[in-house]
Amino acid sequence: MAEAAVLSGELTVRRWVAGTGQSGIRVALFLLAPSVFVLLIGPLLPEWLRIVPQEWSAPFVGWINAAVEVLRREELLGLLTFRDMTRAIANLIDYPLDFVEAILVAGFSESVPGLPWIAVTGLAIVLGWYLQGRQLGIIAGVCFAYMAIFGKWELSMVTLSVVLVAAPIAGAIGVALGIVAYKKRWFEALLWPILNVMQALPHFSYMIPVAIFIGIGHKAGTIATIIFAFPVMARLTILGLKGVLPEVREAGIMAGCTRRQMLWKVELPAARPTLMVGVNQVIMLCLAMVVLASFVGAKGLGHDLLNRLRSLWIGQALEIGVVIVFMAIILDRLSQAWARKEPEHMREGPFHVRHPFLTAGAAVVVVSYILAAFVPALQLWPKSLSITTAPLWDALIDDIIIYAFDYLELIKDTLLVHVLIPMRDLYLMLPWSALLVFAVTVGWYYGGWQVAGIQALFALYLAFAGYWERTLITAYMVSFAVVVCVIIGSIVGIWAAAGPRRTKVVELILDTFQTFPSFIYLIPAIMLFNVNDFAAIMAIVIYATIPTTRLTIFGLRTVPQDIVEAAITSGCTPRQVLWKVRMPLAFPAIMLGINQTIMYALFMVVIAAFIGTTDLGQEIFRSKADNNAGQSLVVGLCIAFMGLIADQLINAWARERKKVLGLE
Amino acid sequence: MERKALDAKIACRSVWKLYGRDPEGFLAAHGGAPPDGAIEADGYIPAVRHASLEVFPGEILVIMGLSGSGKSTLVRCLSRLIEPTAGEVLFDGQDLLKIPAKELIEIRRHKMGMVFQHFALLPHRTVLQNVAFPLEVQGIDRATREKRALEIIELVGLKGRDRYYPRELSGGQQQRVGIARSLAVEPDVWFLDEPFSALDPLIRREMQDEFLRLQTMLRKTIAFITHDFDEAIRLADRIAIMNEGRIVQIGTPEELVTRPADDYVANFTRDVAREKLLTVASVMEPPADGQALSDSEVRQTEKVADVARLIVASELPLRVADDSGRTVGTISRARVLDLLFSREPVSGG
Repeated sequence: MAEAAVLSGELTVRRWVAGTGQSGIRVALFLLAPSVFVLLIGPLLPEWLRIVPQEWSAPFVGWINAAVEVLRREELLGLLTFRDMTRAIANLIDYPLDFVEAILVAGFSESVPGLPWIAVTGLAIVLGWYLQGRQLGIIAGVCFAYMAIFGKWELSMVTLSVVLVAAPIAGAIGVALGIVAYKKRWFEALLWPILNVMQALPHFSYMIPVAIFIGIGHKAGTIATIIFAFPVMARLTILGLKGVLPEVREAGIMAGCTRRQMLWKVELPAARPTLMVGVNQVIMLCLAMVVLASFVGAKGLGHDLLNRLRSLWIGQALEIGVVIVFMAIILDRLSQAWARKEPEHMREGPFHVRHPFLTAGAAVVVVSYILAAFVPALQLWPKSLSITTAPLWDALIDDIIIYAFDYLELIKDTLLVHVLIPMRDLYLMLPWSALLVFAVTVGWYYGGWQVAGIQALFALYLAFAGYWERTLITAYMVSFAVVVCVIIGSIVGIWAAAGPRRTKVVELILDTFQTFPSFIYLIPAIMLFNVNDFAAIMAIVIYATIPTTRLTIFGLRTVPQDIVEAAITSGCTPRQVLWKVRMPLAFPAIMLGINQTIMYALFMVVIAAFIGTTDLGQEIFRSKADNNAGQSLVVGLCIAFMGLIADQLINAWARERKKVLGLE
Repeated sequence: MERKALDAKIACRSVWKLYGRDPEGFLAAHGGAPPDGAIEADGYIPAVRHASLEVFPGEILVIMGLSGSGKSTLVRCLSRLIEPTAGEVLFDGQDLLKIPAKELIEIRRHKMGMVFQHFALLPHRTVLQNVAFPLEVQGIDRATREKRALEIIELVGLKGRDRYYPRELSGGQQQRVGIARSLAVEPDVWFLDEPFSALDPLIRREMQDEFLRLQTMLRKTIAFITHDFDEAIRLADRIAIMNEGRIVQIGTPEELVTRPADDYVANFTRDVAREKLLTVASVMEPPADGQALSDSEVRQTEKVADVARLIVASELPLRVADDSGRTVGTISRARVLDLLFSREPVSGG
């Protein structure tokens, strides 16, 4: 099976090379040049061109820590330190957090309890029904009822309350920045690269600075979540505003709008579809981050999951994982339904006819309070009645381990000895100068001097940051995982793109999987392979295969129909249509999928450090333990720049390729 | 009937619109009239070159050209949606390019309306709110603006649809909303940018009739853009034909058909059903003494198509009379058949 996969992967590459002519040779060079360079020239280079000596490395860590120290200690304006100010601002977040939490579960006092669980569940049903239809209402109801009945209600509501507070704040910050960037060119030029780096920074790099300036705890987790989630909103606001049809803008001008009226009455409403994509993404990023933010003390589901994983209570961890998954699914479905919801004209009549869902929602709240006053189990599902599935899971995992342990071990050991360790040794021979030459050459070839210059900066940073070896180990883990992802992803993608029904099923699965917070993916990896390098790679593979699969399907299915028909009428067999026509045309899209896979893998590699690796992720973890903000940022930037090198090169390539193919 | 440029409601003089690095500097360097070769050679893209035209009160001027001919750019220069590189745009004799932004907003709020090719409705607003939008931005109170909007919605035949959202309407209905919105402020000047091009042919015809019906009631001053010559001759009082950013000819439909300025214009007019367009006067021959004439007669103001049957049925030429019954010419069967079947431009009148 694995052999077949490799064979097919090789075949794929060979066909690309054959099918795409000139660019096929380029692809081959792209893949081969660095390894040849390393093997032939690497050993001949003087030591300092291979790895920058420690005493030459730029003391980035020291600089940042010194700056942090100043901000912590020195008083600005003779009154407050910077940290005092950030803490004061952070304290403000407590008000909305406490308020939402009180409504959802905690209650305001003995006499004013929070919403009964049946009320929240009922409201979720009404909301789902309103946004899309009965089906979504039922799904929402089932998800929330599950949380209550399986004894995770309070944890879930704490997590939900953080999302409900963080998402609007992150959204508002993002929209505000986006508007300013849209109005002022210089601000956009400044903001855009910052957003690029922020979106490439792994989750954990946000946490340590937040922990230092705000402290460990629930609100620190919330703040980290907000900082993590707003860049995507800023970016989509800029895109949305720029995408408003010129005619619509002209209609606004001709109506005599002032600039302010243009923005609020014409441009922002017309950009709604793009903005709503942002809203959905902000919500999902908030959930992903709030689960991870348990590392800096955020309460809720993530906190308990972390504790269970630390104690290797896999059954209980899985149980919480399922709740997180349900939370993700329902938040995603509801926000997407909201995004898709088109305005409909109101029916005429009295209030409850004009606003049926508002009326229903109010009725749900009133009725639930009355019922809950008599039946306490409707206020908070009693612990004694909670169902737990943990023993079931534990038994299942035991079974798997008993029956499959030997095989799993065999796979693991074979791969480690014959593939992973040799590969790692090869990577560790990579001189930094080789990366520099490679990145600059390819960057210059596809993107010109500007791209080459930026590439050089990224590569030099990696070389001189003082973490070259760790960078290489990260690169080895990520590239092995990416290769596996690409093989699996393209095979599944090709299979799924062969028919509309397959596409629908696979896309539904991918959509669902993509909404899961990345933390979740550690659970099966730990479950099957315990705690080691291999488990980490497995976790990366599960998580990062999604984008390649998705874009393979997308690329294959969006090949213009008339080109496919032309191929068929030219007498191509289905196989020839796939390899000679659809694959080459889909290739730019697939490359963008691989690009995303690399980004996902780099994110996951840091999270996977939790289960014991020796790469940059581990350094971030160590810096968290030491409260070393400088190190966490410097290492975080290493990961971000690795991602951005790949991102920029692949994008430059894909852009040119699409132009050649006339796909843009 | 020669009208003075001063009477024009809106006019432009020597308007240029160039795209490129430094269009103003380039124009200035060539004394405001660069030769054709120089524009492209220096990497500038000319959207409008040296365009001048007038639109008189109550007139429909159709600006006709193929895509990329600069007609949309020109009309956007007239409404100052696009800043011309050079030239002047006169609105009631006042140069629009020199007035401050605030005043321009006031002119747009009260004196201009515009209809767009793809409707440009605001998707988040109902029909009523879309139509009331220009009144809303002026700060008119809700009751007043909605009352006014409802009147116009009824005028364009959308009564009862005021609570609908644009996506709930067909293309033709959406453009009716666009028309209603542009009329909400009772503008003097009405710009229509290919308003019916995105519609099906049958709907397009219906909308043209609707447009003519509205115009007989409202008597607006209109600049109407189209790439469809049939639409142009159907609606226009006068037509301006544009090619590569230049206005090649301005005239009544009849003038364009009978005296096209160049091959480009002739190309458009070649396939026109001229018998429906031309009057008897423009194809008749001068009366000759002692000529044998049929007993019947036709009026010179009638369209050829309406009297063709009569003329073709007669062996002898018919007498052509003016309104007072005086003989002004004759028209023969051969003359009409030439008009119907030959594709050469007619010379006559």
